[in-house]
Amino acid sequence: MTKTPSTHPKGQSGLRTLWVWLAPLAVILILNQFIGDQMDPYFYTILMYAGINIILAVSLNLVNGFTGQFSMGHAGFMSVGGYLAAFITTHVVSANPEIMNNPVQGNLLLFGTLLLGGTGAAIAGYIVGLPSLRLKGDYLAIVTLGFGEIIRVIILNVDAIGGARGMPNIPSLTSFGWVYSLVIVTTFAVWRLVNSAHGRAFLSVREDEIAAESMGVNTTKTKVRAFVIGAFFAGVAGGLFAHYLRYLNPATFDFNRSFEIIIMVVLGGMGSVTGSIVAAVLLTVLKEALRPLQELTRLDFRMVIYSLMLIILMLTKPNGLFGTREISDFLPEGLRKKITGSNKPKEGAA
Amino acid sequence: MKSIFQVSRNSKMSRKNQWIAVALAMSMTAISGCKKSANTVNGISQNNNSAAGDVIKLGEVGSMTGSEATFGTSTHQGILLAVKIINAAGGVKGKQFSVTSLDDQGKPEEAATAVTKLINQNNVSAILGEVASSRSLAMAPIAQQNKVLMITPSSTNPKVTEQGDHIFRVCFIDPFQGTVMAKFATETLKLKKVAILRDVKNDYSVGLANYFKETFVKAGGTIVVDQSYSAGDIDFKSQLTAIRAKAPEAIFVPGYYTEVGLIGRQARELGLKVPLMGGDGWDSPKLKEIGGAAMDGSYFSNHYSEEDKSPVVQDFISKYKADYGVVPDGLAAMGYDAVVILADAMKRAPTLNTEDVRKALLATRDFPGVTGKININDKRDAVKSAVVLKVENGVFKYQTTVNP
Repeated sequence: MTKTPSTHPKGQSGLRTLWVWLAPLAVILILNQFIGDQMDPYFYTILMYAGINIILAVSLNLVNGFTGQFSMGHAGFMSVGGYLAAFITTHVVSANPEIMNNPVQGNLLLFGTLLLGGTGAAIAGYIVGLPSLRLKGDYLAIVTLGFGEIIRVIILNVDAIGGARGMPNIPSLTSFGWVYSLVIVTTFAVWRLVNSAHGRAFLSVREDEIAAESMGVNTTKTKVRAFVIGAFFAGVAGGLFAHYLRYLNPATFDFNRSFEIIIMVVLGGMGSVTGSIVAAVLLTVLKEALRPLQELTRLDFRMVIYSLMLIILMLTKPNGLFGTREISDFLPEGLRKKITGSNKPKEGAA
Repeated sequence: MKSIFQVSRNSKMSRKNQWIAVALAMSMTAISGCKKSANTVNGISQNNNSAAGDVIKLGEVGSMTGSEATFGTSTHQGILLAVKIINAAGGVKGKQFSVTSLDDQGKPEEAATAVTKLINQNNVSAILGEVASSRSLAMAPIAQQNKVLMITPSSTNPKVTEQGDHIFRVCFIDPFQGTVMAKFATETLKLKKVAILRDVKNDYSVGLANYFKETFVKAGGTIVVDQSYSAGDIDFKSQLTAIRAKAPEAIFVPGYYTEVGLIGRQARELGLKVPLMGGDGWDSPKLKEIGGAAMDGSYFSNHYSEEDKSPVVQDFISKYKADYGVVPDGLAAMGYDAVVILADAMKRAPTLNTEDVRKALLATRDFPGVTGKININDKRDAVKSAVVLKVENGVFKYQTTVNP
């Protein structure tokens, strides 16, 4: 193929490469039949948190990495989705306890509430984003940080969802299949989005807002769009988290949680979906992998080492593990064309 | 074109690097509470590799780092002291206790991961923890699902033990303190007319007030007036004026120390000289700072008092001081009690399998713990005595022990 590099991939390429995404989806659904019973519950827990963190990191990357807006409120959107989904399922299940014995109804319920939770978070994202995304850089960061805290304090004061005592007895509905199917869906959505015409608008806002505006890109609209989509997936991740842990407490969603997700995005590379995935898995596993060290030395410096490793990684790789590159950039030319549907050289690969 | 992108991205990157620095700095401050965990202090052996035959493995989940690290550390030290004493006395059924302690950073999801690890990787026979109800609620369903015993030293939310029949607690639940103070008011202070001033926003306060009222009225007393406020209020004069009009012999104020201190001050300003009464929400040095001399002569209930003359308490305090050099607080005492109650149940159980130990725990009656005589009821909650303290010149003086 001697097609000139296109910065504007054709729309149908998404459908042409769909098999690349559907294949792992099928594998995950098959694995789901075995993994819950066969796997050690401890590793299963780590696996589930890793998946949830991937969804959070990839969706935040859309805002922080691809659109270049520094949001610090991701945990807030996660809590909106989590609480909304958990509130609905808890009430539905307590009214009809037989749902828990019927896997079809249970999964349908989870699907519906995840969608509602995500939508709720997206609406919150719209409300937060519309006025604040006219701000830039540091100011935006502070505003989103503030909104994240406002959401948390509101939850603290609502008695119907437990307030400061938290919300126990959430039905256990999240499974390996759900988490990793949604990892694929999130990754697919973000990947296709940033490689679409809208995605070009996101990138143009990141690179130079004035230039983008002069080319006819409505920058505020573009930023809000990225923000709302990011918030939606954060809400979905919150719903998965709630139905896995089966207990929600507002303290879980403080700004430290937002920072954890930001660290994943920055460590992986701002603007690299692959990087976000790798960093989310790495950091989730690292935290647990350091536990034996704590038992062995009887010293409580697990988090010191964790932070130290972050610092070293950032010093040696200031653009993150992947920069703006993707896994496809490391593949041979022919295979890459098949997967991405275009032979466009990625910026940053050069 | 590409080079332009390169340049512009680099200039952006330096801006982003600032944020990275901020994020890293924040994460460093978040863990700066991190400290050497106390299990090296007294050099207790933590031989996890001993044959399962001669050790009983216990797991502890605590907030050793994070914003509530002081709670976690106190409890941890109490637990280690109990283990050391039990092991020195020959252990249980000839076996030694070994404790694996995991940190949860004060986060519910970390507590859930830690308890999963303890159960599946370390194969512990019982879990000790957590201090806060929010973490215990995340841990309890997992312990229950795996049929592993879990004893929380100090989670007072009634929902914790409702999670299943393997979840126990060694502290009293909140409503009990209302009953204790009502008993103290009628039996010791011989009061007949009491006013209530409750915090309506706080279910802890509402629970205490309701149980106080019920018990006090049953014992023949009269609640002359029942007023309310909301946490965060600063002016209580209208409620106090209404209370003054009814001339009670005492005012029951089951709130937290900040509001209680202000209420005490304003009551004295209005000429109300009667004592105030409350629960463990008063237990803070801040009470004196805020209330000052106005709080003198008031009473509140608590888990334990270092002035308690009983030999169990004094023995615990001297051993704790010898190991850690400080006077133990209530959390350390409850961490200690969690272990000794488990050891006691294991000694009484015919075998060490979980079901036998669980039944033995349920049969715990009149156990002499540091925090009182402990009975476990069929809801797996501890029914035990509370101490009543009197505020004298800003110091909390032990008055009496009230049995349930």
